[in-house]
Amino acid sequence: MTTDTHGHDVDRDEVDIDDPRLSRFEIVREGARRDGIEIVHYEDPFPIPGTKAERRTVRTVALLFLITGVAATAFMLIYILWPWRYELGANSSKLYTPLLGLTLGIALFGIGFGILSWGKKLMPREIAIQDRHDGPSDRQERKLTGETLAYMVDDLGIKRRKWLGLAALAGLAPVGLVAAAPLIGGLIKDPTKERILFRTGWDPAENGGKLVRLTREDGTPIRPEDVSVGGQMTVFPGIPDGATNEHADSPTLLIHLRTKDAEKTRADAKPINVGAQWGNFVAFSKICTHAGCPASLYEQQTNRLLCPCHQSQFLITDNARPIFGPATRSLPQLPITVDEEGFFVATADYKVAVGPAFWERP
Amino acid sequence: MKRRKVDVNAVPGKVAGGLDERFQAATPLRSILNKVFPDHWSFLLGEIALFSFIVLILTGTFLTFFYTPSLTTVTYDGSYAPLRGVHMSEAYASSLNLSFDVRGGLIMRQMHHWAALTFVAAIVVHMFRIFFTGAFRKPRETNWIIGLTLFWLGFLNGFTGYSLPDDALSGTGLRIASAIMLSIPVIGSWVTTSIFNGEFPGHVIMSRFYIAHVFLIPLALLALISVHLGLVFKQKHTQWPGPGRTEHNVVGERFVPRYTIKQGGFFMIVFGVIALMGGLFQINPIWLFGPYEAYTVSAASQPDWYVMFLDGSTRLFPAWELRFDLWGWGEGYTVPPIFWPTVVLPGLLTVLPMAYPFIEARLTKDYRSHNLLQRPRDVPARTSLGAMAIAFWLVLTLSGGNDVIADKFHISLNAMTWAGRIGLLLAPPLAYYITYRICLGLQQHDREVLAHGVETGIIRRLPDGRFIEVHQPLAPVDDEGHGHLEYAGWVVPKKMNRLGALAPAIRGFFFPIEKPAEAPVSPGHPPVEPKSKREEITK
Repeated sequence: MTTDTHGHDVDRDEVDIDDPRLSRFEIVREGARRDGIEIVHYEDPFPIPGTKAERRTVRTVALLFLITGVAATAFMLIYILWPWRYELGANSSKLYTPLLGLTLGIALFGIGFGILSWGKKLMPREIAIQDRHDGPSDRQERKLTGETLAYMVDDLGIKRRKWLGLAALAGLAPVGLVAAAPLIGGLIKDPTKERILFRTGWDPAENGGKLVRLTREDGTPIRPEDVSVGGQMTVFPGIPDGATNEHADSPTLLIHLRTKDAEKTRADAKPINVGAQWGNFVAFSKICTHAGCPASLYEQQTNRLLCPCHQSQFLITDNARPIFGPATRSLPQLPITVDEEGFFVATADYKVAVGPAFWERP
Repeated sequence: MKRRKVDVNAVPGKVAGGLDERFQAATPLRSILNKVFPDHWSFLLGEIALFSFIVLILTGTFLTFFYTPSLTTVTYDGSYAPLRGVHMSEAYASSLNLSFDVRGGLIMRQMHHWAALTFVAAIVVHMFRIFFTGAFRKPRETNWIIGLTLFWLGFLNGFTGYSLPDDALSGTGLRIASAIMLSIPVIGSWVTTSIFNGEFPGHVIMSRFYIAHVFLIPLALLALISVHLGLVFKQKHTQWPGPGRTEHNVVGERFVPRYTIKQGGFFMIVFGVIALMGGLFQINPIWLFGPYEAYTVSAASQPDWYVMFLDGSTRLFPAWELRFDLWGWGEGYTVPPIFWPTVVLPGLLTVLPMAYPFIEARLTKDYRSHNLLQRPRDVPARTSLGAMAIAFWLVLTLSGGNDVIADKFHISLNAMTWAGRIGLLLAPPLAYYITYRICLGLQQHDREVLAHGVETGIIRRLPDGRFIEVHQPLAPVDDEGHGHLEYAGWVVPKKMNRLGALAPAIRGFFFPIEKPAEAPVSPGHPPVEPKSKREEITK
């Protein structure tokens, strides 16, 4: 509650508010005075009732309210009668939302400007001055409160009984932990368990020990001839739900390089990537090592892969090394081969964690 | 039995009397009704945020009736034909349903989104006003800190709400958020797996974001907004300097009726603007993006405007990564590059402004309380610092959309990135310098007008052939023709019609209205009293 209900000035004669000669405004002004507020200027914009200017203003305000009535009625009619369900193509259902917005907006504007012009044009203008009563409290008040607070500490006798204070602290600190533990403890999930941040759907362990096939979004396996030279395809682990967000770290880009590029890629392969390539085919993680967006814009001529989120660019022919933008790590390469039925399989999981880096990542 | 006659006119008085007998409300109520509020257009910016918040609660409550925070896969079978038969999360399907299969659902969703954008925008502009006028100074440092907290809470609530539809765009944003959490040294992977309950995206994130978005954060917002307003009420609003205004009074209008009426009207107008935008301007058309799948993204994927500066900082930050092994313990450790622009930078952007009132007080050795505002030009150092911050933010925000700029203007994307990196270092100091010069220039011009008077535009030829422009002094002048008015920290009239001279051109559209012109009167520009005996312009 506010406490600044100040008394009136002492050196001012108090008005007898029961004096029948006082107008209501004079009583209001006296009330304000007793709250430390002086209404220094008060002016009716239309002191003579019924002037042309006043009638004009009243008409304007009334018109604004009437516009609101019309717009609100239109809103209701449109809301109920207009065809609102979505239908393909250009039709009147597309106008439903715009018409609702238009009528609602006009209705609210009518109220808003109506109230504002009523308040600003028709009501008396005033200038009032209020004392701030800022600054600190009275010195005596401060002392009294301060001593009261200090005496509370004395009452407890902490100074006399030092051990009691320490014991209370030692006892209460664990209680604080007890209060926090159930709130936070239930949420904690160990990231090191099953090395979830290092494993993807390409791990044969996910597939009952069998090598995981490279599949399309619909789960069909892929033969080498399905990808034309210079072409690329997003592939998923051929396991249940392999193409869904259950395995959000598994999407991989299978690229069919031109022979010259493929030779260069093989020659430049880092030790970790040696043997990962199959013929002219390479497969790299599609999950950007910077922030985890899919790095999906492949520029065939330069063999660059661009991530549209923060514009990291990776050079596929050089171990998918980052060559521009904020990414620091190469895209991990998925070791691939073709099984006896002629479909692509991953010979193992990624050798390093895919996606954005984290503290425990070597 | 004789029926007692009810005197209708006496009812309000009786009710009021009964209430006062129970609550003793007369004295405190009157002091609230009579409380004086100063008036200036720039004091209304915070209200826009408040009113947007009310619209957010109204429209948001409606949306909760139809939204399902679940990542369970369903097959869409709603009115929007292009997506029929597509597998998607229940969250996305319910967002589509409330847009297409709920009467008036789309306008509610769009109003909610526009109100959220307006909410954060109003907070930011309001914060500029507070900063540039020095309204954060003692005794209002607490409210400044609460205001900054409100901004970040609004930011968080915006982000969680943006993520809820689980469309391709917001899912990508969520994935980046998980990368940001992962990047925190030592605890990052623990934080991420704990929030997502395992690997990204998991199954629980929507229900957790949902309760945060509709309950936890709004509750914190509501509590802090109440304290924010309570403190404004208790400490009383700041005011501009002007006639009769001192550090120890408030000059303005009483709370009731004029101030409340204006606020009510203004609320309706803010509400109306949001309704118009929600109906007429499409925002976040989630049905065009499709459901979130970890392997799809398109170029030109930008977040809401208030997140763009972080997107920009992430794009601009160089590929700097810390890798080290802690004396052979473990397999080696990493601080990823995304940590600096998305965790450290926002951290600094929170702590530095929160400490600013205290830093400024210390540097200027000004520990007094202030209730009068300062014109930005009168505090060039602070104003220039603010301009510097805005320039920094602007470069980051533009860089958040640098792929769109590169595409539309046929500029190399890499060149845009480098322009952003260099611009981020050059633009802020340049903004500081230019703003400082502008402030000094404006100060000087104020002093010049006070000393020499207003330019009248009248050129006079002197007998010796020289031409001079006649100036109208603002006050009596000394023998040398110089005025001795002190600068009062407020607008100096610089045009003759601010002094009540120069009648405007003939008014009236079809017929001329012949009426003597009045001097313009507005609270922002107090009229200068014409002198009773105006001096003849002779020089």
